[in-house]
Amino acid sequence: MNTLIVSPSPHVHGKESTRKIMGDVIIALLPAVLVSIWFFGLSAIHLVCVSVLACVVFEYFIQKVLMKKRSTVGDLSAVVTGVLLALNLPVCSPWWLILIGAFVAIGIAKMSFGGLGQNLFNPALVARVVLLVSFPVLMTGTAFHAPETGYLFGNSDLASAALDATSGATPLGFVKEQLAKGVSMQEIMATPGLSYTQLLFANMGGSAGELSAVALILGFIYLLCRRVIKPWISLSILATVFVFAGILYLGDSSKYVDPVFHVLNGGLLLGAFFMATDYVTSPMTAKGQVIFGIGIGVITVLIRTFGAYPEGVSFAILIMNATVPLLNKFQPKRFAEEAQKK
Amino acid sequence: MRTFRMGGVHPADKKISKDAKIEKLPIPKIVYISMAQHLGAPAAPCVAVGDKVKVGQIIGNPTGFVSAPVHSSVSGTVKAIGMVNDLAKRPVNTVTIEVEGDEWMEDIDRSEEIVREIKLDKKEIVDRIKACGVVGLGGATFPTNVKLSPPPTATPTCVIINGAECEPYLTSDYRVMMEMPEQVLIGGTILMKALGVDKYYVGIEENKPEAIKKLSDLAPKYPGVEIVPLKKKYPQGGEKQLIDAVIRKRVPSQGLPVDTGAVVQNVGTAFAVYEAVQKNKPLFEGIMTVTGDCSKAQRNFLHRVGTPLSFIMDYCGGVPEDASKIISGGPMMGKAISNINAPTLKGTSSILYMTEAQTKRKEESNCIRCGKCVGACPMGLEPYLLNKLGKAGMMDELEEHHVYDCIECGCCSFTCPAFIPLLDTIRQSKAAVMKIMRSRPKK
Amino acid sequence: MNIIIFTIAALAVLGLLLAIVLYIVAQKFKVEEDPRIDTVEALMPGANCGGCGKAGCRAFAEAAVKEGLGSLFCPVGGNAVMQKVAEALGQTIEAKEPQVAVLRCNGNCEKRKKTTRYEGVASCATVASLYGGETDCLFGCLGYGDCEAACQFGAIKVNPKTGLPEVDEEKCTGCGACTKACPKLLLELRNKGPKGRRVYVACRNKEKGAVARKACLSACIGCGKCAKVCPFEAITVETNLAYIDFTKCRMCRKCVVECPTGAIHEVNFPPRPAAVKPAAATPAAAAQAKPVQPQAQPEEKKVEIPVQKTE
Repeated sequence: MNTLIVSPSPHVHGKESTRKIMGDVIIALLPAVLVSIWFFGLSAIHLVCVSVLACVVFEYFIQKVLMKKRSTVGDLSAVVTGVLLALNLPVCSPWWLILIGAFVAIGIAKMSFGGLGQNLFNPALVARVVLLVSFPVLMTGTAFHAPETGYLFGNSDLASAALDATSGATPLGFVKEQLAKGVSMQEIMATPGLSYTQLLFANMGGSAGELSAVALILGFIYLLCRRVIKPWISLSILATVFVFAGILYLGDSSKYVDPVFHVLNGGLLLGAFFMATDYVTSPMTAKGQVIFGIGIGVITVLIRTFGAYPEGVSFAILIMNATVPLLNKFQPKRFAEEAQKK
Repeated sequence: MRTFRMGGVHPADKKISKDAKIEKLPIPKIVYISMAQHLGAPAAPCVAVGDKVKVGQIIGNPTGFVSAPVHSSVSGTVKAIGMVNDLAKRPVNTVTIEVEGDEWMEDIDRSEEIVREIKLDKKEIVDRIKACGVVGLGGATFPTNVKLSPPPTATPTCVIINGAECEPYLTSDYRVMMEMPEQVLIGGTILMKALGVDKYYVGIEENKPEAIKKLSDLAPKYPGVEIVPLKKKYPQGGEKQLIDAVIRKRVPSQGLPVDTGAVVQNVGTAFAVYEAVQKNKPLFEGIMTVTGDCSKAQRNFLHRVGTPLSFIMDYCGGVPEDASKIISGGPMMGKAISNINAPTLKGTSSILYMTEAQTKRKEESNCIRCGKCVGACPMGLEPYLLNKLGKAGMMDELEEHHVYDCIECGCCSFTCPAFIPLLDTIRQSKAAVMKIMRSRPKK
Repeated sequence: MNIIIFTIAALAVLGLLLAIVLYIVAQKFKVEEDPRIDTVEALMPGANCGGCGKAGCRAFAEAAVKEGLGSLFCPVGGNAVMQKVAEALGQTIEAKEPQVAVLRCNGNCEKRKKTTRYEGVASCATVASLYGGETDCLFGCLGYGDCEAACQFGAIKVNPKTGLPEVDEEKCTGCGACTKACPKLLLELRNKGPKGRRVYVACRNKEKGAVARKACLSACIGCGKCAKVCPFEAITVETNLAYIDFTKCRMCRKCVVECPTGAIHEVNFPPRPAAVKPAAATPAAAAQAKPVQPQAQPEEKKVEIPVQKTE
């Protein structure tokens, strides 16, 4: 007979594990990755590979060499950060830009807070924002915004389009640009390529993950089905953006972008489905999650409409990340309420 | 289909021994009858070394309101009275009896015949249940007569018979429902009469369709009973969860279940109540399961209380070689056995063998704040937070976050993807906080 | 230029205004306190360990000033600090024997075999609430280091080799935090003794001899030989367990030699002449945890330092 093991109950464990959850997130991100590989080929593969590899290596190095403890790269969380970072960068980002991003994400945003589970801010987003602020030209492609040379999908030469698009402005950036020039909203929206179908399936502006709304929605549905995430955060973000942008649009449709355009824009979907729902940096309870989502929605529209940047999701999520400890003060509804005895 | 409304998990649905009929376990040569077989004050032995005792004779008197008498499960001579280690290697006052023959007390009705007519009145029933040492057999072994004497502030409205058996592997309740369905229903009727209510429910999880059918077929004969099929979800058999599932009422924090009007009794208890009231048979036998994926036998037994666990294990072919954990009770809330020579108790429901691979705890990693424990907690607590506060020893905050509501079901530890043993810490914190709360002067 | 001057002036005025406000607030909400409390607190070691029974050093100072020293004693500061405190308060106190925590278990991994394996959070309290422990001794050390966690002075470390905690006499202040943390009540505060020498029973097993012996080779079996040989009636045997009253013990060490299981330990004594019954004392002691005998190899330095100091 073996030496008997004694431990407190429960004596069995469910099938959940951190690695499995992270694996599911990676699977959910695959459609978006594949779409970007489909359109950009090697450069997208290069982006994703370098980013993932860099994140994993940074994490391993920091834990093993600097912190002298067992490495936890096996839980795949660094891979998730790597993929998310890749999806948040323009496809033709130079390798050093990706490396800086990976270092900021893993080294500064994650490990210096104590590693997985301890970070206050979403690592991939911190990296994106740091890069956005430090290398605005590379990150937003403001150097290039001439739609007639084929910055949108559907124009003659796909290859040259892809090449151009990597440095092309995002649809929102383009809209903002045009508005600043005094072009009216109706005219802007008439630009070929800004149609909803374009947004749903493939638009070529912006970062690698923003290409196709459908791919992102597919991943989101997968996460929901696998019960990795609850829909509250994502839905409240989308609903808030839709309602808020809708109010503005109804107020003056010549100055404000219509709400569907806002919602379908890849950046928002990527943020709402995969960045805001990050376990570590989002609230625990449904109530907190809804407030978190509303906050992100409001800030996003504010920045997009009135701010200097065309895109506000990243900032909105980071700002709301900071409120998570506060939002976690919302206790869930208890089973047993206090007795009314006096 | 009904179920409780908050939290819960789905452990693998395994009931390997469910088709094994209840067998009578042979009587061992020597039995060790513990004086602490119930929640509350242990009984005081009322026999002396050398005394001859008969089956069903009282050998331990209750020593308080929440206490129960203990009866001899065998006939023979008292060999010793003193400390014997229980299954957790803790010394417990125990009467050791050497078995001679099988001579029962004359006033016990040993016939197989089902007695349907209830002759005793309300008070007599409660007294009889008390005298026969009936305790709750669902796990907590709370003296049944105490539950049947609710405080004057509460008005009972119904009885709920707990046939959920939501723990994997355990099948003793299921076998009782399959083989003694009428007795269970009569037991329920007796309980109803004892409380002066006219409604009782039998809650059974959907993974036991035969039992649901069997009892439903018999139900029309017994007025007041309603068989309630329940969705399979752990911890449905928890008292508070079952009340919520069946009558949609929530036990208030730190209140009694009867505050909702419901009195919950296990099916095993209902059967014991039937035997005590209709057959005048004290509770000295129990039904238990020997099971486990690596177990050599999958059987259900009627055992005499006080039989050494090792006797049962040997009877079933010995401890399997690859078993590295033996659990008394289910895998979610059962106790790991460290002393296989410990005797069975009234509430012993199983010997469950587990292999190392099944039960090995994986190494704990960082909390990823996924909130799965919060979602799984059937009491609506925040286990991750309680764990953190508990480790820091922050008693006031623990109390603020209602650690005392915890029912120790283990859903949080079960579901944690980072393998954090949340319940280990929370259980300790809860005990510490409750100690502080009790030490406070009452207002 | 104007801007700079204006800025400086504005800031200066602002600072002045705020300073006045702060001063008024501070005056208004001033709490009158006995200045001696601060004096006493300054004398305290500042460990805030609670060893005196008060919440911290400030609470100790308050109590000392308001209620007098009485039975108050700061175990960390010891007599030196107490003397200073008494002087500051104009009171007199008696010097107290310095104390040290002593582990009353010597069932190391070899002598006390593990019969089960615990798996769960590493906490003695959890193990103790779960079951009797990994070995068959229900009284012995569980080895998960709740005492180590409770010690604020880093004076207790569980030795992975023996599975038992070891007390560093130099660092131990006798605050008693570990005695409260141990669920098996194995740590006891005993007088440090002359030259740091102590004799004590390192066992708390109350089982009958045979049972105790079966669980642990060096358990006290309650045979009573030590009590018989003790010339000072310092040893009592109750419920199969011997106990040495440190106020009566005169360190003759006869019991140590007499003990058949080596459960009685002597600490910080010079080595015995080899002739005296080596069979009983030496092999038992040699295998024991650290502060058993000064010549015990690994911890030699740590043990000898206090001896030199007191000399």
